[in-house]
Amino acid sequence: MTRTVRAVAALSAAGVLLAGCTLSGSEEPADDVTTIKLVTHDSFAAPQEILDAFQQQSGIRIEVLKEGDAGALTNKLVLTKASPIADVAFGVDSTFATRALSEGVFEPYTSPEADRGPQRYAIDPEHRLSAVDVGDVCVNIDTGWFAEKGLPEPKTFDDLADPQYKDLLVVANPATSSPGLAFLLGTVAKYGPQGWSEYWGKLKTNGVKAVSSWEIAYNQEFSGSSGKGPRPLVVSYASSPAAELGEDGKPRTKALLDTCFRQVEYAGLLTGGKQADKAGRVVDFLLSQQFQSTVAENMYVYPSREGVELPASWTQAAPQPPKPASLPGEEIQANRERWIEQWRGLIEG
Amino acid sequence: MARTHRGLALVALLPVAFLVVFFAWPVAAIVGLGFGDGGVTEVLTRASTWQLAGFTVAQAAASTVLSVLAGLPIAFVLARVKLPGIALVRTIVLVPFVLPTVVVGLAFRALWPDGGVLSIVLANAFFNVAVVARTVGGLWSHLDRRAEEAARALGASSWQAFRSVTLPRLTPAIFSASAVVFLFCSTSFGVVLILGGGRFRTLETEIYLRTVNLLDLSGAAALSLVQLLAVVAALVLGAIARRRRETALRLRSAAEAARRPEGREWWVVGAAVVVLGLLLTPIAALLSKASIAGFEGLATTGGALQVSGWDAALRSLRTATDATVLAMCVGVLASVVLVSLRRAPGRLARGAGETMDAALMLPLGVSAVTVGFGYLVTLDDLPGDLRTSPLLVPFAQALVIIPMIVRMVLPVLRSVDERLRQAAATLGAGPVRVWREIDFPLAARSLVAAAGFGYVIALGEFGATSFLARPGEPTLPVAIAALISRPGELNNQMAYAACVLLMVVTAAVVTVIDRLKPSTGEF
Repeated sequence: MTRTVRAVAALSAAGVLLAGCTLSGSEEPADDVTTIKLVTHDSFAAPQEILDAFQQQSGIRIEVLKEGDAGALTNKLVLTKASPIADVAFGVDSTFATRALSEGVFEPYTSPEADRGPQRYAIDPEHRLSAVDVGDVCVNIDTGWFAEKGLPEPKTFDDLADPQYKDLLVVANPATSSPGLAFLLGTVAKYGPQGWSEYWGKLKTNGVKAVSSWEIAYNQEFSGSSGKGPRPLVVSYASSPAAELGEDGKPRTKALLDTCFRQVEYAGLLTGGKQADKAGRVVDFLLSQQFQSTVAENMYVYPSREGVELPASWTQAAPQPPKPASLPGEEIQANRERWIEQWRGLIEG
Repeated sequence: MARTHRGLALVALLPVAFLVVFFAWPVAAIVGLGFGDGGVTEVLTRASTWQLAGFTVAQAAASTVLSVLAGLPIAFVLARVKLPGIALVRTIVLVPFVLPTVVVGLAFRALWPDGGVLSIVLANAFFNVAVVARTVGGLWSHLDRRAEEAARALGASSWQAFRSVTLPRLTPAIFSASAVVFLFCSTSFGVVLILGGGRFRTLETEIYLRTVNLLDLSGAAALSLVQLLAVVAALVLGAIARRRRETALRLRSAAEAARRPEGREWWVVGAAVVVLGLLLTPIAALLSKASIAGFEGLATTGGALQVSGWDAALRSLRTATDATVLAMCVGVLASVVLVSLRRAPGRLARGAGETMDAALMLPLGVSAVTVGFGYLVTLDDLPGDLRTSPLLVPFAQALVIIPMIVRMVLPVLRSVDERLRQAAATLGAGPVRVWREIDFPLAARSLVAAAGFGYVIALGEFGATSFLARPGEPTLPVAIAALISRPGELNNQMAYAACVLLMVVTAAVVTVIDRLKPSTGEF
């Protein structure tokens, strides 16, 4: 009995001690430092050094909170607009921005850095959102596979429906995957709100395979990455080939630049924040040369700022598509659910 | 008597308050918002809604049956068999529990491409065999062997002895485990999404998509109600089936119950070996994908992860500790209250006990996304705005662990022979003393086992953690998810190396906890 009590007491004491060190683990910031909360999506990544450098130079500590993917983030911002969970939000993308803007989640702020490039992607005349980065969803191909089979590489959307490329393409379900949705929107932009379903009918005849997520499509079905799957065509990002360099440093995959759909990610000040001036400084920081030069390596997206140098592997393997497709946010907002349902009927039915 | 009741009410206060603040209120608030938007009845009258409900219940029921069938031989081995390597079995069974769904999903797809419903059921069972093995094994190891031996001596075959003597005594634990597994399976999100490929949908995946992608709160609210209904119906059925099965058992210390198997028992051991082999197949598939380069990548900082694998592992251990301590406090108090209510005279007390019992299980049956979004619209009303506090991670994790702890501790506490307690009371011991001298020593082993299991759940927990983890402070499951969602061979290998690290950490923790098991030698 006493042994029992002692063992359990020791166990709980150890537990409480461990718990204590976690719960009190976050260090208290110094008095002259203001903390600004930045709420973002799961893919946010920035080197600690540049956050520290920003704190040194501005006296602003950025506390980063992650709240799911771009969709979850947007919806959480809408739900909490009366009592925002942070001062600044980053990661609402062009497919979800309309919802956030029409719900009044953001307040106007014009960053002095915006005319260095981000302005190109402006979406809102009131300047409530500033473009931070740009990602393009495109079909990726396993170049080695085509060379080996002696098959010419496909180039366009139409090629993907060509019988000589039967059973080669894997896509992600637009209902459950954001690159999947972007690819669907790309076909809508290309063939129009009437013609896209006919195109998908052809893709289905041509043996397109739909899986639930990018992870499965790319890591398991695609032949050009580590999974060495059966299919040499996959919906991924224009930047993905930069991560697939061979032993010789040469790219093993490439993006079909005529099949791209552009997603722009925005940052903005949340309505009702008490520290609007400091929050604005954080948006400036996200658009600064310093931060922008890290986005390619850390988040696999292109900087919105002009003249930012890309990593060497990117210039070689992942050029930015010159003319990616896009759709007006209002049109996406009005039709997203209907298009997805139609797609489900076509492909899954 | 009045004093006991007041004491009981005080003890009940903590678990009830915890459930109300961190579960009932957020869920009610978000479902209420959905009702405010209108359109709920429209969704409820759609045939597709009820098809979803039907498929959800059917796949969960099938997974539960499979988990019980696969879990029982393992439970027998853990409880009754004294062979070298049993400690290893104890550890292996728990490993599936911590593995992130996305990685297991990939492994299942690799082993069985396009397996459809069958692979959903198999994967759900893969995750839940441990619940059955541990919950049932926990009680089994305490059962007095002499009743069976008496039956055998009277001429019963070993199967007859099992069916007429042992099985009835195990029933409460089997139902307890089944209820938990059913709830886990009916709300399993990642498994259905990954292996169902979007074609097979459940209430849970639909609630998730409606809430997270479409912000269709009224649709989500309607589906949440249907889910709640299905879950409550299942819990009520379970409770009815369980009723009257619980009898006072003569609990023995575990060491006495385990011995070398003989005769037909070897068949059961063989079945357990087969199940273990099946569990190990996806695990081995994962192991084979981890490479030296992946481990080297994990050891460094920077890159896609920003922290080293070790940092992530340490953070996992610490967060899981917080969650377990919290869940043990709430869960054990709740179990004590439940047992006392059941023993208390009067139908009112019994009714209160059954209601509380069911309510404690509900967090497993309600969508995590409903709870998570509910937090956003309620918790800012509390002092300190918990919505973005790191404290919320252990709180949310505890919500998942508490039902598990209650289900493991309750069957043991309930089977404590009432006569022992009455004897102690007659000799002048107060309720606390009775609990300390009688219940606690008998339940100690189960308490430690429950804490260990809770710890393992927290280690592998992803939903609540990902929702609140700070960049630069990921837990291992969060790190794995981040790595697997990036292109590039190295990221992939690092993800698998992190899986191996997670398995090793889990195995180490389980081993330590099993060693810590207090002795119950006096009984």
